Amino acid sequence: MAVDTGEAIEIREGVDRETVETVQNMGSYKYGWDTEIEMDYAPKGINEDIVRLISKKNEEPEWMTEWRLQAFRRWQTMTEPKWAMLHYPEIDYQDQYYYARPKSMREKPKSLGEVDPKLLATYEKLGIPLKEQMILAGVEGAGDTPAEGRKVAVDAVFDSVSVGTTFKDELAKAGVIFCPISEAIREHPELVRKYLGSVVPQSDNFFATLNSAVFSDGSFVYIPPGVRCPMELSTYFRINAENTGQFERTLIIADKGSYVSYLEGCTAPKRDTAQLHAAVVEIVILEDAEVKYSTVQNWFPGDEEGKGGIYNFVTKRADCREARAKVMWTQVETGSAITWKYPSCILRGDEAQGEFYSIAIANNMQQADTGTKMIHLGKNTRSRIVSKGISAGKAQNTYRGLVSMHPRATHSRNYTQCDSLLIGDKCGAHTVPYIEVKNTSSRVEHEATTSKVDDDQLFYCRQRGMGEEEAIALIVNGFAKEVLQALPMEFAMEAQSLVAISLEGSVG
Amino acid sequence: MSDTAVLSTSARPDRAGAAPRVGDTALTARLAALDLPAGGFSAPARRDAAARLNEMGLPGPRDEYWRYTDPAPFNAPRPEALAIPPREATLFDDIDRLKLVFVDGVFDAAASDDLTGEGLEIDTLAAADAGGDHWAGALYGQLETAGQNPVRRPFAALNTLAARDGVLIRATGRVARPVHLLYRRSDEAADVHLHHVIRLEQGAELTLLETGAMGARSNAVLEVDLAAGARFHHIASKRADDDKLGIGHIFARVGEGALLKSFALAVNGRVMRNEGVIEITGDDAVAHIAAAVLGDGDEGRFHHDDTVFITHAGQRCESRQVYKKVLKNGAQGIFQGKILVRPGAQKTDGYQISKGLLLDEGSQFLAKPELEIYADDVKCSHGSTTGALDETALFYLRSRGVPREQAVVLLVLSFLADTLEEIEDERLRDGILTRLDQWLTSRATG
Repeated sequence: MAVDTGEAIEIREGVDRETVETVQNMGSYKYGWDTEIEMDYAPKGINEDIVRLISKKNEEPEWMTEWRLQAFRRWQTMTEPKWAMLHYPEIDYQDQYYYARPKSMREKPKSLGEVDPKLLATYEKLGIPLKEQMILAGVEGAGDTPAEGRKVAVDAVFDSVSVGTTFKDELAKAGVIFCPISEAIREHPELVRKYLGSVVPQSDNFFATLNSAVFSDGSFVYIPPGVRCPMELSTYFRINAENTGQFERTLIIADKGSYVSYLEGCTAPKRDTAQLHAAVVEIVILEDAEVKYSTVQNWFPGDEEGKGGIYNFVTKRADCREARAKVMWTQVETGSAITWKYPSCILRGDEAQGEFYSIAIANNMQQADTGTKMIHLGKNTRSRIVSKGISAGKAQNTYRGLVSMHPRATHSRNYTQCDSLLIGDKCGAHTVPYIEVKNTSSRVEHEATTSKVDDDQLFYCRQRGMGEEEAIALIVNGFAKEVLQALPMEFAMEAQSLVAISLEGSVG
Repeated sequence: MSDTAVLSTSARPDRAGAAPRVGDTALTARLAALDLPAGGFSAPARRDAAARLNEMGLPGPRDEYWRYTDPAPFNAPRPEALAIPPREATLFDDIDRLKLVFVDGVFDAAASDDLTGEGLEIDTLAAADAGGDHWAGALYGQLETAGQNPVRRPFAALNTLAARDGVLIRATGRVARPVHLLYRRSDEAADVHLHHVIRLEQGAELTLLETGAMGARSNAVLEVDLAAGARFHHIASKRADDDKLGIGHIFARVGEGALLKSFALAVNGRVMRNEGVIEITGDDAVAHIAAAVLGDGDEGRFHHDDTVFITHAGQRCESRQVYKKVLKNGAQGIFQGKILVRPGAQKTDGYQISKGLLLDEGSQFLAKPELEIYADDVKCSHGSTTGALDETALFYLRSRGVPREQAVVLLVLSFLADTLEEIEDERLRDGILTRLDQWLTSRATG
């Protein structure tokens, strides 16, 4: 058998062309560039004046300012949680900016046409064009997508502000409200007042409380009763400014019998210093409604020595408030130096359903402590957790989760599977599940395994001419398949290649 | 833009030390209620333990490792008085064994066998402490100290400080007769601290049995040091009328090619907490720890907490944690288990299973099965399930003419079966099984 050149690998039968390409493309973090753009900053540090200033910049009503101040006062009495398996230098909360806005956004652009071209170019470069085009870039020509494509409405958040939201008019026709939360506070105060903080209370935890005080923007979604949202909604978060924390807040309300699929993506430039990101996502799901929330988190992970990177402290929670409400969290966590994130489901309504699918990949010096909480309160509630943790380099990856069956939650079920894969002998994989069962008729099952890339599988791939890294990318994709399959199509492609990219250099 | 880092580099305080603690006054009161021995050979270890305890304090209600068990009854200066149970035949009466009796935590020479055995060196802690140097000086409190990191265990340090008696066993060869520690009570309010030290030299083998009631409140520490190729079997059994309030600890160090198998049976009780801390230091070693628990809350509170921490430091080692709890009438079963695989502990095979069987509403099973792994060529898995009796299995048995009560007994026994597998000696295993069967049947029909 002839020795193949690198080129020949691509056309070899049985080898996924895309996997080969991504492995060959291993040009480290793809989104590490920054946009040179003039910014307005609030003064460094945090105090009541800064909180008032953020509120004022967003032209908020008095009740909202008060709400923020209340959170800020509470935050000052709280201490940073230390229980996660994360080690990072002490964060100086006074040494960063809490508000950064491109100068060109001083006057709110009335339409996408008025948005600074530099900003539009930034999103273009990220593959998220803010045009009302049919489908997200990167998916074009992807197999059997119908020619008309699927529409995705995008809300783009740049540092502290939302720069534009697409397809607003078309969504409005269906009665769907999709806009920056700053706008919702002004224009839909009745909805915001009713639901903001009803899932994640102001005083929930240290980072959520900080967010309640200083969140600058984020997305707001309201799906009216009986409406199936005509397109997928998406928010793209970009951190650009240096030394600036991003604190976005997302509030999604799915009224009775409605359905929405929501996607979230995030990237940041390469910086030497770490940056703080503390977001809150609240989802309220009423009777018979369903929300699908998918995240591909690809914040800058820091360099190989662990310099820089995003510290990602996120509180995400869905409240299945009424009967038969359903939520599905899917997350692909590949970025961030530190990940502290536990998307949770409160299954309050009878027969409510919660699902959590997660792939967390940590390479180099990354540390991830992530998982979910399934709180079963209603009867006949069901939940399912599938978590795949992959550690490489010197990274530490922890699954931390809670399944709680309350006495009233009779005949409920949970199934949890969390698997860890270790690549290399310097990394760590940890599992910290809490299982609390307080009634007889419910069933809880938890399974976890830890393994390394199977030598037999590796040998099989190598024997068929694959390089070690491509073979590992393939095996890892197979390991994570259950989760990748739960992603909407737009994300599945991206996630699959991210899996390969994140693991680059982890072999040998 | 400023070039100051957002995140300063000041080091954070040590996590282990940051856990909440209850006031020093509680510890002072706790210690004041005890008559602390000065110790002989153990005096330095007791001084260290006092310092450790002072630094740690007693656990508070927000202590993560006391998340599911309220430490208050263990923190109280004195236990409540508890009626003395009638003396019953013990599980191992008809077995050829070396019997050592402790009454209210004090060795009773008259009721015990001669402290001699082939390949065996036995002393009591009180007697050894009255003399000079002792081999146990190198171990007493040492494994307990090693087990304090990363999880602090204040009651174990308290035990090292306060224990007046216990047994010190050194085996140099295979010991045929099991050593049976039989506990009895005579004082209704005895607050008992027992501290045993066991050292098995290379290739030695010993079976240790424990039964009976230690005191109105008990705190026991068993330190086990296994040299290369040693084999240690441990079976402990608690019955309904035995200890109502107790905390037990096993601290074990397992050397190269050594084997440790520990099995505990608990039938009722009130508030029990068992901490198992096993460090596998040598290569090719095996450590299994298992418990079968039957809890019925009808005689008052039933709360049974097993907190296990197994550390793999050697290569090609195997560990198993098997915990089964059958719970009824508001009983609470807790399992907190952890497997820690240190860097370099390759080819580790770690397994952990915890199951709760809830026989009626109101009972609870709370589990926290943890894995912490720093080596890549390992196989570690854990599973935890909780639920009611399988109605299909019950229906099957009833359709075959088995009365419901008996069918339940059969299913409960089969649920517990794989914990019993951890007892290698068939006679002992059958004895336990018979006891379980009798107990279940008597309750099912009574």
